[in-house]
Amino acid sequence: MSMLEEIPVSNNGVPEPEIAQASKPVSRMRLVLSRLRSTPRFWVGVIGLGAVILWAAFGLIPNQWNYTDLDVYSMGSSPNSVHWFGTSDIGEDIYAQTIVGLRKSLVIGLLVGPIAAIIAGIVGAVAGYLGGWWDRTIIWFIDLLLVLPSLFLFILLSPIFKSLSWVALIFLLAGFGWMIMARVIRAQTMSLRERDFIKAARFMGVDTWTIIRRHVLPNVSSLLIIDATLGVGGAILSETTLSFFGFGIQAPDVSLGTLLASGQGAAVTRPWLFIFPAAILVFTVLSASLVGDALRDAVDPTSGVNRD
Amino acid sequence: MTENLTTDLSLARRRGASPSNHLLEVRDLTVTFPQPSGSVTAVRGVNYHVDQGEFLGIVGESGSGKSVSSLAVMGLLPSSAQVSGDILFEGRSLLGRSDKEMSKLRGEGISIIFQDPLSALTPVYTIGTQIAEALLLHDKSLSKLAANARAVELLKVVGIPNPERRAQAFPHEFSGGMRQRAMIAIAIANNPRLIIADEPTTALDVTIQAQILEVLQKAKEMTGAAVVLITHDLGVVAGNADRIAVMYAGRIVETGTVDQVFHEPSMPYTVGLLRSMPNLATAGHTRLVPLEGRPPLLTNLAPGCPFAPRCPVAIDACRTTEPPLIVFGNDPANSAACLRVAEIASGALDRSQLYPVPEPIAPADRAEVLSKSVLRVEKLVRHFPLTKGSVFKHSIGTVRAVDGVSFDIKSGQTLGLVGESGCGKSTTIMEILELAKPQAGQITINGVDVAVMSKKERQALRRDIQVVFQDPMASLDPRLPVQDIVSEPLTVHGVPAKERLKKVLDVLELVGLDPSMASRYPHEFSGGQRQRIGIARALVTDPKIVVLDEPVSALDVSIQAGVINLLEDLQEKLGLSYLFVAHDLAVIRQIADTVSVMYLGRIVESGPAEAIFDNPQHPYTRALLSAVPVPDPTVERTRQRIILDGDLPSPTEEISGCNFRTRCPLYLLMDPAGQEKCRTVDPVSRPLNSSEVACHHAEHIDRMTGTTKQPQRP
Repeated sequence: MSMLEEIPVSNNGVPEPEIAQASKPVSRMRLVLSRLRSTPRFWVGVIGLGAVILWAAFGLIPNQWNYTDLDVYSMGSSPNSVHWFGTSDIGEDIYAQTIVGLRKSLVIGLLVGPIAAIIAGIVGAVAGYLGGWWDRTIIWFIDLLLVLPSLFLFILLSPIFKSLSWVALIFLLAGFGWMIMARVIRAQTMSLRERDFIKAARFMGVDTWTIIRRHVLPNVSSLLIIDATLGVGGAILSETTLSFFGFGIQAPDVSLGTLLASGQGAAVTRPWLFIFPAAILVFTVLSASLVGDALRDAVDPTSGVNRD
Repeated sequence: MTENLTTDLSLARRRGASPSNHLLEVRDLTVTFPQPSGSVTAVRGVNYHVDQGEFLGIVGESGSGKSVSSLAVMGLLPSSAQVSGDILFEGRSLLGRSDKEMSKLRGEGISIIFQDPLSALTPVYTIGTQIAEALLLHDKSLSKLAANARAVELLKVVGIPNPERRAQAFPHEFSGGMRQRAMIAIAIANNPRLIIADEPTTALDVTIQAQILEVLQKAKEMTGAAVVLITHDLGVVAGNADRIAVMYAGRIVETGTVDQVFHEPSMPYTVGLLRSMPNLATAGHTRLVPLEGRPPLLTNLAPGCPFAPRCPVAIDACRTTEPPLIVFGNDPANSAACLRVAEIASGALDRSQLYPVPEPIAPADRAEVLSKSVLRVEKLVRHFPLTKGSVFKHSIGTVRAVDGVSFDIKSGQTLGLVGESGCGKSTTIMEILELAKPQAGQITINGVDVAVMSKKERQALRRDIQVVFQDPMASLDPRLPVQDIVSEPLTVHGVPAKERLKKVLDVLELVGLDPSMASRYPHEFSGGQRQRIGIARALVTDPKIVVLDEPVSALDVSIQAGVINLLEDLQEKLGLSYLFVAHDLAVIRQIADTVSVMYLGRIVESGPAEAIFDNPQHPYTRALLSAVPVPDPTVERTRQRIILDGDLPSPTEEISGCNFRTRCPLYLLMDPAGQEKCRTVDPVSRPLNSSEVACHHAEHIDRMTGTTKQPQRP
């Protein structure tokens, strides 16, 4: 029995040394940012996107041509030291046109994607969480918008929009780009609503809007972020389509869409008309996707790289 | 390891046979999963064997490697797993065989029964087709018709009523217990020599568990197959297995016959596991002895015995060398992996004194409670209409989820609400927590009827009644750090941020968590810690009533004891009242002062815990109690079992008279006049021997003793 007395039985209470003593609890935002910073993809995407934006903003300064200028001495010429990206059939400088087009497309894409995602998130979460008549009315409205051919509506509405500035196009594209995602978010919310942590919040007396804001939206945020990122590319493509048919960006404004539309016929014979705007488009969308991907991993602690 | 092999060899020599004479022999099995963050060795040198017709129980907590080692036997590990050692089945090695060869063996030689019978059955084929498929795969000469006939036969063997009709049913039309029966039917379809059952009853209710274990025993007797039962529930193996192997951190730490392991455990881990389990025979009288700490991560194990950090009798040598399995007694089959096994076996180290029994809360720390009713529920009713049609809905029936439930909780007391899943206990607590006017009946909290409260009063009342959910993963928002989760109830009541943080840190300390972990996310915590976070969130508003919805059923056995003790201590310290909902009777016995037993939306028996457990008056209570496995093989062997027929009837069914009579063993023993009364008159609760019973014939309950198994119903 002497053995037994020597053994310190109270050892169990000693705190385990491997638990790091964090100095002070940090806020959620800081945690997300610190995780974001440690992701290489985020940096690649951000630097890429930053470069595109900076180039769009300042790229015209070293160029001697404006996008409306016509160089009658070199029409349809290939890239050279004077016209870095070559010229079109009527002597427009492709470099200047690409940059101006990129500006417009970037603004449209970067606004339409997030705006549509925000509408989708709010409408979907409200419909899914509240249920009942709210849900039925919202779903009826979404279905109505889905069955209406949006291109037809665009064409109908285009006389109004032509008189307004191209900014109206942003709201038009966002207004028709949120429905499918809203349905996805609604379905997600409906399954979330039955989860214990939402029930727990309800039983604590947390009000409906706070639950949607604090519990529902963050838990569908990865979907929304993917949607917003894909929406950037999608919006640029929608704008292209509209511009191609003449209902989007109107001359003398240019966008990547109008450039691609006018250059596509010459893609094989005079590739510079097509390749430069297309390459810029691909690069922009890729950078935006990388940022979205990294954001998703940072916001959702259980996804992808964070899972061990 | 060498000791181990020699043990096996000497054992084999003693029996006069070569070692591969066993039906299944696992030698020095090691399974490693390579991962980018470092490889995980889930199984680290496991040796065991199973003989013809033997019943081996492998016991261990989650993450102990028990399932991985059995999947290795079946050859079902992911291809990334690195397996070394040897697995011999009927003398031939299973490792390195092609998938085609293994497929041939699976089902016919070795078959497996999984834990979750819903995901183990294909939802798009009928049960009959799936059994027939298992038959046709291994016997090409069998005609389709013969296979179907045999499938029906098998369903009959495993006790499914109307097998001809049921063979045409799809898995979703089966209840959990019936699905598991169907899985057993598939497993025994080809007369395998070995059945591996991986936690076959974990997802099931106790009464269904008792049925399934009986079917498993029957299947074993019919086919003569050996059974390897993998479980975390010591009670399940106590009554069924011949031999036991206890696993910890990827190794077997103790093995022997059931009696040896249960009565004379020699590894401190086994001792601790047995002491930490709430046990129907001892619960309620003694405090549980928690097994502190948690199993080690298998990514980078420190040298030495993996149990040493949690072991109360660890010596310096334990931290440097990992002990092999040592035979310590006269029986070479009984061995334990502990350096101090000789001392424990000889009694120099007293088993019952090995773990320090936690001190009860000092009287000075106890909160004073005035005995008054804090939560009173009277004749609570919740019926859900069953509707059909999408545009024009019409009612086709009612689900009587809660059908007149009454109970009363005094301050500082615990009411245990027990019942099988689907009996309406969750609906009852949801109705209470909604704090809304019930469909019928009355809910009174602190003397105030919730139906007549204003919105503001209701909001204020939410401070006083909090809830802890069953699944600690689902009840914590994965996107919020712990501090935000715990402080959420305070945000509702407008507590300023600084005070909130202070309160959160206090409350985390109170539930035994390190306050510095407040900025971490829930998924970084273990199950027990997560449940502590859930408890911390419930306590942050200083409530008077805490509703506990199966708070420990999702936790490992060794963790359970700690959480139960914590709940008991908090009750003493803070003077809380608990509404404790559980299906585990042993846990209820441990914590509850009064108990209400629910069946199909009704309370069939209620009264003080001692009265209910020692002298149950209702046949259902009696059946429920007898279905709970006790982790003591001697008790299990001598115990009388009342096995209820069938499943819980659907709450949509209209049952005239007493709603338990369709499964009641006492009903069958009554004279025709008595049966007539059961069929026509709905029993009301009446006092009998210090408890309230809703049964016409509770006085004749003793007739049930003497019938071990009720006669088969027509």
